[in-house]
Amino acid sequence: MRYHSAFEIIGPIMVGPSSSHTAGAVRIGNLARQLLDDEPIQVHFTLMGSFAQTYQGHGTDVALIAGVLGFTTDDPRITDAFSLASDRGLHVQFAKANFGFFHPNTVSINIEGRKRQSQLIASSLGGGKAEVQEMEGLPLKLTGERPTLIIDHHDRPGFLAKISSLLSQEGYNIVRMMVERVEKSGKAITVCELDELPNPTTLANLRTFVDVVEHVRLIYVV
Amino acid sequence: MAFSAIRELLAMANKKQQTIASCMLDIEQNETGRTKEEIITLMTQQFDVMIEAAHKGVEQPMMSRTGLTGGDGYRVEEYRKKGISYLGTNTLQAMAYALSVNEVNAAMGRIVATPTAGSAGILPGVLIAIYDQKVHAKEAIIQGLFTAAAIGLVIANAASISGAAGGCQAEIGSATAMAAGAAVEIAGGSPEQVGNAVGLALKNSLGLVCDPVGGLVEIPCIIRNGLHAVTALAAADMALAGVRSVIPPDEVIHAMYAIGNEMPESLRETGLGGLAATPTGKRLRERLFGKMDQQVVEKA
Repeated sequence: MRYHSAFEIIGPIMVGPSSSHTAGAVRIGNLARQLLDDEPIQVHFTLMGSFAQTYQGHGTDVALIAGVLGFTTDDPRITDAFSLASDRGLHVQFAKANFGFFHPNTVSINIEGRKRQSQLIASSLGGGKAEVQEMEGLPLKLTGERPTLIIDHHDRPGFLAKISSLLSQEGYNIVRMMVERVEKSGKAITVCELDELPNPTTLANLRTFVDVVEHVRLIYVV
Repeated sequence: MAFSAIRELLAMANKKQQTIASCMLDIEQNETGRTKEEIITLMTQQFDVMIEAAHKGVEQPMMSRTGLTGGDGYRVEEYRKKGISYLGTNTLQAMAYALSVNEVNAAMGRIVATPTAGSAGILPGVLIAIYDQKVHAKEAIIQGLFTAAAIGLVIANAASISGAAGGCQAEIGSATAMAAGAAVEIAGGSPEQVGNAVGLALKNSLGLVCDPVGGLVEIPCIIRNGLHAVTALAAADMALAGVRSVIPPDEVIHAMYAIGNEMPESLRETGLGGLAATPTGKRLRERLFGKMDQQVVEKA
């Protein structure tokens, strides 16, 4: 089941005109920004389906950019996102393409910062709900509605046992978990949703005490 | 999620001897760890934004960002004041509010998605018109929002609330069912009557395609919000009168899902078929976006 809260149905409070094409697009932009984990300098959006056909009328383009700038769905600055992006030195590009079997409101995003870059495919499912379908080329789904850790690591036996024991020692409940690897013993990503927002020392501990962890990102789209 | 069907929701309410709204509040508390007071405060904030948007477009003409539509909420309100309408004045008030919210939305103003922005007029239109009758306290109307949320959650999980996935029936239809069910529970109707209102309202929305002119949430979205606020009130009255939905609400929801899956892409929020493909629809699109379309294709 995808929808869990009364406020996913009554809400979000948002700037119009479309919950899927505007509010959902803002949230996708937020997800892209947080997945990048760096100040974005360049972002390339490829729209498919209904997004590609109707993005201008719905303000999907300004909404995606506003999301990358870190705005929330009810921010009145959304309409000015193009000029605000250019003020902040963020280069944006839009294209249309059909890139596979996804929900009709789907966008593929390549986002770059000074130090890091990220690639994701995300869909706007309706009523403002956004969901990442793939990230860094791996089929990992997440919405960021709960605090979510994205752990880049190496594929090694015992990895999951180590991080789950560390998180449990620090008092966190794991709500949902997904692991994908690029290849055996190679790079892997674990997505780990928690009930509470982890404190910064927990994030540092994950990097310090679990040797195969390369990077930890925290995703939380309020 | 503690329920996945209207049937389960009604059973839960009957077993606990509680309203559907109160069951939803319990579940929300359990799911999020927030207190009931916090949850009600949050919902009251949503209602206040709804009131603001509903009033904005009836007090003065509200024009869309493109200039294609606007001012209809104001027109209906002015006509209502004359007292010569076929519909009762309160029903007409619901229509005016619903139009207003959707006009604010098209102006990129602030609204609450209920369940979506394109269908954001119906629930506020109905609930604020009921609130205006001064029979029910604000707290009771807020409870109605939880009833609507529970109904919307079932539809969103069992079918869809996305016009791109399920057509307009998934947005306007869902909103109509939510508003009808909420209106029944506010009036003191039983859980079964809420279920019947959902079934009746949704049946009358089945097959509605998503064919916005130019892909904009304006034509026909705004008018459909105004008219479906009336449908929601009519379905609520039908259910309160004892009319049953012979096809159970859960089966109506599944029918909506099946119909959505069979809809061609041109009628699922692509702005390619239906009203969008009429000569006038195409002309309006070209006038607004003709040049921009070309730019993007070149970039790609």
